[in-house]
Amino acid sequence: MSHHKISVTVNGSTSDDEVESRLLLVHYLREVRGLTGTHVGCDTSNCGACTVMLDGRTVKSCSVLAVAADGADVLTIEGLAADGEMSPVQQGFQQCHGLQCGYCTPGMVMAATGLLLENPDPDEDEVREGIEGNLCRCTGYSMIVDSVRWAAEHGGAGDVAARHTAH
Amino acid sequence: MGSMVGAAVIRKEDPALLTGRGTFVDDIRLPGTVHMVYVRSYLAHARIVSIDVSEAAAKPGVLGVWTNADLEGLPPNRSVPGMERPCLARDKVRFVGEPVAVVVAADRYAAADAAEAVLVEYEELPVMASVEAATAEGAVPILDGLESNIVLEHVLSATDAEAELAAAPHRLAIHLKNQRCAAVPMEPTVCLADWQASGLTLWATTQTPHHSRNELAAMFGLSQQEVRVVAPDVGGGFGAKASCYPEFILTSELSRRLRRPVKYVETRSENMTSMVHGRAQDHEVEVGFDDDGALLALRVKITQDCGGWPDATGIGLPTLTSFMAGGCYKIPVIAPSFRSVVTNTTPVGAYRGAGRPEASFMIERVVDHVAAELGLDPLDVRRRNFVQPGEMPFATQFEGIVYDEGDFPGALAKLLESIDYDALRADRDARRDDPAKPLLGIGFSTFVEMGGFGPTPLFEQFGYVGGWESANIRLNTDGSAVVKVGTSPHGQGHQTAFAQIVADELSIPFERISLVHGDTAMVQEGIGTMGSRGAPVGGSAVFKAAGKVRDKAMKIAAHMLEADESDLELVDGRFSVKGAPDQGVSMAEVAVRSFKPHLLPDGFDLGLNETAYFEPSNLSYPSGAHCCVVEIDRDTGFVKVARYIAVDDCGTVINPLMATGQIHGGVAQGIAQALIEEVRYGDDGQPASGTLVDYTLPSAMDLPRYETDHIVTKTSFNPLGAKGLGESGATAAPQAVVNAVVDALSHLGVRDVEMPCTPQKVWRILAQKAS
Repeated sequence: MSHHKISVTVNGSTSDDEVESRLLLVHYLREVRGLTGTHVGCDTSNCGACTVMLDGRTVKSCSVLAVAADGADVLTIEGLAADGEMSPVQQGFQQCHGLQCGYCTPGMVMAATGLLLENPDPDEDEVREGIEGNLCRCTGYSMIVDSVRWAAEHGGAGDVAARHTAH
Repeated sequence: MGSMVGAAVIRKEDPALLTGRGTFVDDIRLPGTVHMVYVRSYLAHARIVSIDVSEAAAKPGVLGVWTNADLEGLPPNRSVPGMERPCLARDKVRFVGEPVAVVVAADRYAAADAAEAVLVEYEELPVMASVEAATAEGAVPILDGLESNIVLEHVLSATDAEAELAAAPHRLAIHLKNQRCAAVPMEPTVCLADWQASGLTLWATTQTPHHSRNELAAMFGLSQQEVRVVAPDVGGGFGAKASCYPEFILTSELSRRLRRPVKYVETRSENMTSMVHGRAQDHEVEVGFDDDGALLALRVKITQDCGGWPDATGIGLPTLTSFMAGGCYKIPVIAPSFRSVVTNTTPVGAYRGAGRPEASFMIERVVDHVAAELGLDPLDVRRRNFVQPGEMPFATQFEGIVYDEGDFPGALAKLLESIDYDALRADRDARRDDPAKPLLGIGFSTFVEMGGFGPTPLFEQFGYVGGWESANIRLNTDGSAVVKVGTSPHGQGHQTAFAQIVADELSIPFERISLVHGDTAMVQEGIGTMGSRGAPVGGSAVFKAAGKVRDKAMKIAAHMLEADESDLELVDGRFSVKGAPDQGVSMAEVAVRSFKPHLLPDGFDLGLNETAYFEPSNLSYPSGAHCCVVEIDRDTGFVKVARYIAVDDCGTVINPLMATGQIHGGVAQGIAQALIEEVRYGDDGQPASGTLVDYTLPSAMDLPRYETDHIVTKTSFNPLGAKGLGESGATAAPQAVVNAVVDALSHLGVRDVEMPCTPQKVWRILAQKAS
């Protein structure tokens, strides 16, 4: 199995690592970088629990090789709360009870953040379409939709765009 | 009660989960951890001729490969005596996905590589992937030592109701199928075992840590104090994480042998064949009724497909279905019976509702069938047969199954306030003649189910120590409180709900109460979270413990104030003499005093630290009335849920925000069962729904916005009056949706559509009726 040297910036911190060429980005984040907030919920890229932002766009990190993220800027759920204050999306999920078990939540929050970057004021249908790639088994989605709408009215994606601009 | 119970408080659980700081089992890092991966059978029924592990064992990073033969003496998983499943298949495999060997390696990728290199030679056996095949003439018994594949048969009534059915003015035979579903908690099964000289610690995705501890201790011959089971953050369970899985036993045993922590992380594809499935019941129903729709007799023959091995919980579920066969109706004679059949499929266990949704679907479909037969409105038939509020408590014909409180007509009346039924019916009828518009259907579900599981005599039958729950409340010297509960939440929000109860009972600020759960080394004996028992049983234990703390604190306060206890009250965190609020002491002052023996009466027990066990006097019976409005695309057969309205009666609502969340989630799973989800197998036992590509969970695009409301009749079986509601939505929704689908097609002569009502199925019906 061949190995490669990669340099990836995650949540503002850059690290040089040697990884197997087949290592998935999600496993790189969890096992190499120790960022266990990003979860794995399937093996067919259906569930979206592993959603992170890669150079300003949301990706399912189970479907990206770590080597493909060489030189990239990754934002994970751990990096979303600037200076310890939860982002509007995170706050929205708490205010509107947009989570129960919390397993899909990091991916859902990242997907919602990505949606609000593209469309700061989505209506209900647009929110539903925007998070369609992220599965939640607990909430039935209504309160997630409310959470995203709450965030849209309280600062949207927050300062994510400013902190993590596309390269 | 004070002001917290009943308030829509946002959750204490959320900040950690929202910032990636939760602790799920796979997030736990122990030095030296190695990884276990299964070699699973790709055949549904076969004799194992040989297993060659040599190539796998020689792979880099591999610490060992084990088969059943290498694990001599390792006890099997508990089940029906004589039908216990070994952790690794012995001689035969009985379903696709059954583990035949395990590999342990230094990392997960290396273990998976090595598992691929294990060579298993099989001799194929006849596959019986359905009840029909497993019960056919000449079918080979799947389990050794049995003469057939029917592993359990039971008749739950003294009569077969034939006389009453024969005497009824009308009689209908109806076949209903409750298809096999998968729970699919977003976190699959994960465990991490660390066997030290001092004993075993297992972190596991379980709803029942104490129960798992008891099982593991018994299997390994350890004393229970030597075994610690921890359920940290658990990513959903829906009943399927209440079963004990072979990986819990195997990681423990291999950690013992390797003297290193062993972790197992299931992939989703493994999960789809490894975690217990739910439902999988067929019902042959006969109902007798009169011209007015009064139900006179009901006979239900239940067939449960219990999969390749009987699951300890799963095998008990048809009994619950039988008990609830009458729904919320007075039916003079009910004759349920069941048989459980092993097949070459994944074992069947608990899935949200576990036995009750099957009953509720059956009787609510039966009522609609009766209405259609007589040309009556389905609501009139329901009203004609309801158990009335004045008839509560209502003893069903099954011993101990007593509906305590409920207002079935009241819930329906409340539901009808939210919909204009006449206008909906007029719209439905008008659309039938307007091909430009989708068809419209209206379906109802007036349901009752079981919540608040115990009591002990019932729960013992599922292998649990008891049906009670426990709580310990300890006050620190600053008057803040730590609560330890025996429930093991995995999304239900017990940290928040139970703190609300304590806040009210002890007048301690909500923010100054924290909760410990899911750790057998920290928490007193407990049972777990399943069967909608969190609020009614766990919450009542918290309530009872808080009462004990308050009583003791009152004694200390009386001593401090030199007053009589009966003259004191606890208001806003202060004990004071009634009518003289300025003379008082705070809870914090009382808490400090509780640790000052020289300032307390002689012999006074120090501390404010009380434990309570609450045994419910019976099950509670959550109920309600739901309505679903569907639109059916005439060209594609696609069913869209246009409206979903739920009125629930879960008794006391502790936190309306979380109660709403529970109803939403349950209804979502119910709608998904009605329209989308089905675990399917080929005749060869190969799963046709083995990944999330084939087993399609609903996304946000597939589900509606829900309209929810409550009526409240408090149960008398616990002091909170809470009935539980975690399973109500999943129990109520499937038949509301199917009744609506059938209603939309009823003008075509359609009386039934089998779940899931997929576009293909509905389109075929439309096409057939058109031709």
